[in-house]
Amino acid sequence: MTVAGWIILLVTVGGMTAMLAWCITKVVTTPGATEHMHSQADIHTPDVDED
Amino acid sequence: MAKPTRSIESWGTRVGVILAVTGSAVGLGNFLRFPGQAAQNGGGSFLIPYIVAFILLGLPIAWVEWALGRYGGRKGFNSLPGIFRSVWGRDAGAYAGVLGLIIPVMIYMYYVFVEAWCLAYAFQYLTGGLRLGANPGAYEDHFNHFVGINQNGSAFGTSAIWFLIVCFVINFVLIYRGLSKGIEWFCKWAMPALVICALIVLVRVLTLGTPNPDLPDQNLVNGLGAMWNPAREGQTMLQSLARPEIWVAAAGQIFFSLSVGFGIVITYSSYLKRDDDVALSGMTAAAGNGWCEVALGGMITIPAAFVFLGQAFVDNPPGTFGMGFVALPSVFNQMPAGSFFGFLFFFLLFLAAVTSSLSMLQPAIAFLEEGIGVDRKVSVTLLSLITALGSGFIVYFSQSLLALDTIDFWVGTVCIYLLATIQVVLFAWVLGINKGLEELRRGAEMPVPGWIGPIIKYVAPVYLLLLFGWFVYDQVRQTLDPETSSYLDTIAENRTAQLSVGLVLLTAVFFTLLTVLAVRRWRENEAAQQEASS
Repeated sequence: MTVAGWIILLVTVGGMTAMLAWCITKVVTTPGATEHMHSQADIHTPDVDED
Repeated sequence: MAKPTRSIESWGTRVGVILAVTGSAVGLGNFLRFPGQAAQNGGGSFLIPYIVAFILLGLPIAWVEWALGRYGGRKGFNSLPGIFRSVWGRDAGAYAGVLGLIIPVMIYMYYVFVEAWCLAYAFQYLTGGLRLGANPGAYEDHFNHFVGINQNGSAFGTSAIWFLIVCFVINFVLIYRGLSKGIEWFCKWAMPALVICALIVLVRVLTLGTPNPDLPDQNLVNGLGAMWNPAREGQTMLQSLARPEIWVAAAGQIFFSLSVGFGIVITYSSYLKRDDDVALSGMTAAAGNGWCEVALGGMITIPAAFVFLGQAFVDNPPGTFGMGFVALPSVFNQMPAGSFFGFLFFFLLFLAAVTSSLSMLQPAIAFLEEGIGVDRKVSVTLLSLITALGSGFIVYFSQSLLALDTIDFWVGTVCIYLLATIQVVLFAWVLGINKGLEELRRGAEMPVPGWIGPIIKYVAPVYLLLLFGWFVYDQVRQTLDPETSSYLDTIAENRTAQLSVGLVLLTAVFFTLLTVLAVRRWRENEAAQQEASS
């Protein structure tokens, strides 16, 4: 493992961890955020009800 | 006493939303495709275009998809041809949207096959079929035999075909009966369980040391180097970065794992309400996905593959998705309760794959409903038949997994790349960047920075077009040079590659013809509405 390899590892993993931590903090500290947030999995497609 | 109760409920809701949003993006792309792509494209060098693509393309275009889909939904469309036609105001938009039907349907064809490998491995751990001892080569032989890597048609003689049928039936029943709403539960609870399981595996990988004293170079630190070092034997970092296919593959991997450029996010976001958040939702999904990919996918599979199987295996993995199926069983073999963790990991990965594959047919279902006028159940049945034929083709042409890898490259990388380019141009230049950002900011639970506008309007399209032009030029140059081999050479020389590209073209023709009918139908509806209003 070279120095350049360690730098790429730390920057990549550290950067993604920081970004995820920021998002989680934002969700937790923003009042009412969860009421308007969606994932692909929880979006209901109305065509299912038509059958 | 009421206040603390509300606070506890609120905390539970927030955790649930975080788990659902981040978990929805986790799938085979993170744990299996990413290590395969990194191994084939220079290890640490691959991470440089990967991070650039994440910042300049992945997150901005994820936001573009969420906003464009919600905008199209308000115009009354849920399919890409309908949404693109509505945004562009021309029939040509519908034909550009055909890519958003071809991509998820064709990816579904091979994705379900890889899903079947996960289910089979979970089953084999449960029944003792994967107790193959300490020799890592035994796991490679097992995988090669199981998926039919040595000879076309041989996968039909293994249990792989039965697991594929089980996966097809599971997907068909869940989609046909409209039970996909239940996948929310999977994302909320099964995905965090997968991450915890992966963390346990990561701890074991990081404590492997030098498992074989006869091969002292095959140790963990060198294994991490195989994944993260930007320079490789015979190739410097700059030489790696001078290859356009690395940049295209990195962008393709970002798109694949974020489900951007698939046509899936845009279809689902078309069902959102006008003031639902798309900014924080999109960013949290992207961040959770990126973290799983680099911190788990990048730290586990290639280091383990190097430690047990050496650099030669890392340089020539068995297909884009195969590395994890050879390397990880060697890790589980070195763990206490390894069979249990092996079962748990592959079963949870199977569930993660199911949550993704369930959504892959929705863009085409929405199109058949609103464009052709058939109901959901007919759409699902038709698409299941088409994808079953396509999967059968991929399973039959299993030698070197060439059919799977060829379709994954041309559809899972190149077509996704093209669709992402079309989407960003439509959003920034046709809809207009100001109107687009207004759409993105509506209901946003985070401030959308102003600099994202120039990135979406100028940087992303220029980056995508220049890179694609460079890639095409390099492919033509390599094709004309008799000493180098290009993707075009592979198509020219190999019958399986020719048939695979033929299958892609056949699917494209099929959906284009359906789009001709859909455009005619939409025109008639518009004319009837105009007549009624006048």
